[in-house]
Amino acid sequence: MIRLREITRVYTVGEQAVHALDGISLHITAGEYVSIMGPSGSGKSTLLHILGLLDRPTRGRYFLDGEDILSLDEATQARTRREKIGFVFQFFHLIPRLTAAENIALPLMLAGVPATERKARVARLLEETALSDRARHRPDQLSGGQQQRVAIARAMVMSPSVLLADEPTGNLDRHSGEEIIHLLERLNASGLTLIVVTHDPTIGRRARRQIQMEDGRIIADNAKEPAS
Amino acid sequence: MKAGDILAFSQKTLRSHRSRTLLMLLAMAMGVAAVVVLTALGEGARRYITGEFASLGTNLLIVLPGRSETRGVAPGLFMGETPRNLTVGDARALERSSRVRRVAPVIIGSAHASWRQREREVPVLGSTSELLPLRHWKMKQGRFLPPDAAARASPVAVIGANVRRELFGARPAVGEWLRLGERRYRVIGILATEGRSIGLDVEDLVIIPVSSAQALFNTPSLFRILVEARTRDAILPVRNFILDTIQKRHQGEKDITVITQDAVLSTFDRIFQALTLTVAGIAAISLAVAGILIMNVMLVSVTQRMAEIGLLKALGASRRHITLLFLTEALILSFIGACAGLLVGEAGSWLIARAYPALQVTAPPWALLAAFAVALATGLLFGLLPARRAARMDPIAALSRQ
Repeated sequence: MIRLREITRVYTVGEQAVHALDGISLHITAGEYVSIMGPSGSGKSTLLHILGLLDRPTRGRYFLDGEDILSLDEATQARTRREKIGFVFQFFHLIPRLTAAENIALPLMLAGVPATERKARVARLLEETALSDRARHRPDQLSGGQQQRVAIARAMVMSPSVLLADEPTGNLDRHSGEEIIHLLERLNASGLTLIVVTHDPTIGRRARRQIQMEDGRIIADNAKEPAS
Repeated sequence: MKAGDILAFSQKTLRSHRSRTLLMLLAMAMGVAAVVVLTALGEGARRYITGEFASLGTNLLIVLPGRSETRGVAPGLFMGETPRNLTVGDARALERSSRVRRVAPVIIGSAHASWRQREREVPVLGSTSELLPLRHWKMKQGRFLPPDAAARASPVAVIGANVRRELFGARPAVGEWLRLGERRYRVIGILATEGRSIGLDVEDLVIIPVSSAQALFNTPSLFRILVEARTRDAILPVRNFILDTIQKRHQGEKDITVITQDAVLSTFDRIFQALTLTVAGIAAISLAVAGILIMNVMLVSVTQRMAEIGLLKALGASRRHITLLFLTEALILSFIGACAGLLVGEAGSWLIARAYPALQVTAPPWALLAAFAVALATGLLFGLLPARRAARMDPIAALSRQ
């Protein structure tokens, strides 16, 4: 479902050109559980941002579900992001003045889903993430683990085909972190493509497919038989 | 994204920054209120002035000798002509039209008035009995000039309130003999009217029959002829009638000027309209200031909400969505601010109207509408820059801010 060809991302810092990604080719099939590991500056976050259509590569092509996604205009890319891609961040990124339920409903609101349908879908996700009793709480009234669960519910509310998680446990204690990983894995087990960026090897090693990056290149990928 | 959702989201944002929102509302409301109050004042002044003129009789035409020329020099100067004087005969001739209701010849001069030991200089006005109804004057005591005042130089006088007080004090004036220059006139009435007319204070006037005034000032010529048309529509035909009649009587010379009250009225109307527009324009500057304040605060808010903007983009908001969200905030602010401003402005106008009942201080509907529209436009215009800046923000840079 995801196919990257010779993706290169060059930043210019002052006079110098920095190759954040240097000719990455990658194929990820539906339902995979992939971790991307590497030291900071290895390009793993840049790769995740390009996968999530938040950043554009300098060169290369990106096919999502067979569609040449980089050739689409800004509004269509936004729509693709909304409908096919879910994001989970290290710092949760919940809007502080909205309740848990309202935060979860944000993507539905952006998509123009009617309020009654929104309510039903949010209620279902609150239940799945065991947050039903926290629906009307604001982020500052929730623990870190609860906040990240709200963020995951928000990422899942549009039923995306791929979930991109950027250090999802990086800001949590061990117990909450494990809880979050279990939740993500449960979602993956039900068919969701899960891509986790982390520098924590204990998290990274749980994935069936592990990709190691360094200096903008993939130096290891345990998927021996990359699908054609 | 649905319009209702955009409104709800923006409204929630504004509520969560209460003091900032109130400040911007205040600025916008003050701007709108300033426009409303100032136009209301201008409009009040305009109505007051035009109302005063209308009370003098709008069907009035004033005939004066001499022709007002747009050329710098009167042509008569080169041809050795002088404008012919207006006479009582001219005034008589003007009565011969069914469209003319009244004609009053007027002579103005100044004379030394005395009664017993008291004396003073007074403006003297010579006219006929028609002057009283024509000018809408009222008598306080006694009667006005007799009907034959044009023909007979009867030695009678009607005096204004000031003249009565200063010359006669507490004693009754009617029936007394008043001396004007070398002649004596019996006081037959006292005017009740106050205020100014033809540039003179009515209270200070002594009015005598026109033929008496001709004798007193030793001149056959009139200062003015006042003509009242029967209806407003008759003003133009009466004007033509006057010009024709006088031209015939003056051997074909067009040597008079006819001023209609209408022209004076519409001139004042225009002057005050321009004045009102000017003060409204000045007040509109405060609206622009309010707009700039909104822009500044929203620019700060865009910077503070970078992470949120980045998040919205990650969740699939397009540039259009972000622009709409920020513009809606600006529009809500200016809408509520404008409504509050209209209320405050109307209240202010009401208070001024209470304090100065003579002025009808109410803002004209166009001013209310314009203030409202300008407020919304200002909000939109100054909301545009922050909204575009937010929409163009790089989501990664925005998200990486903590």
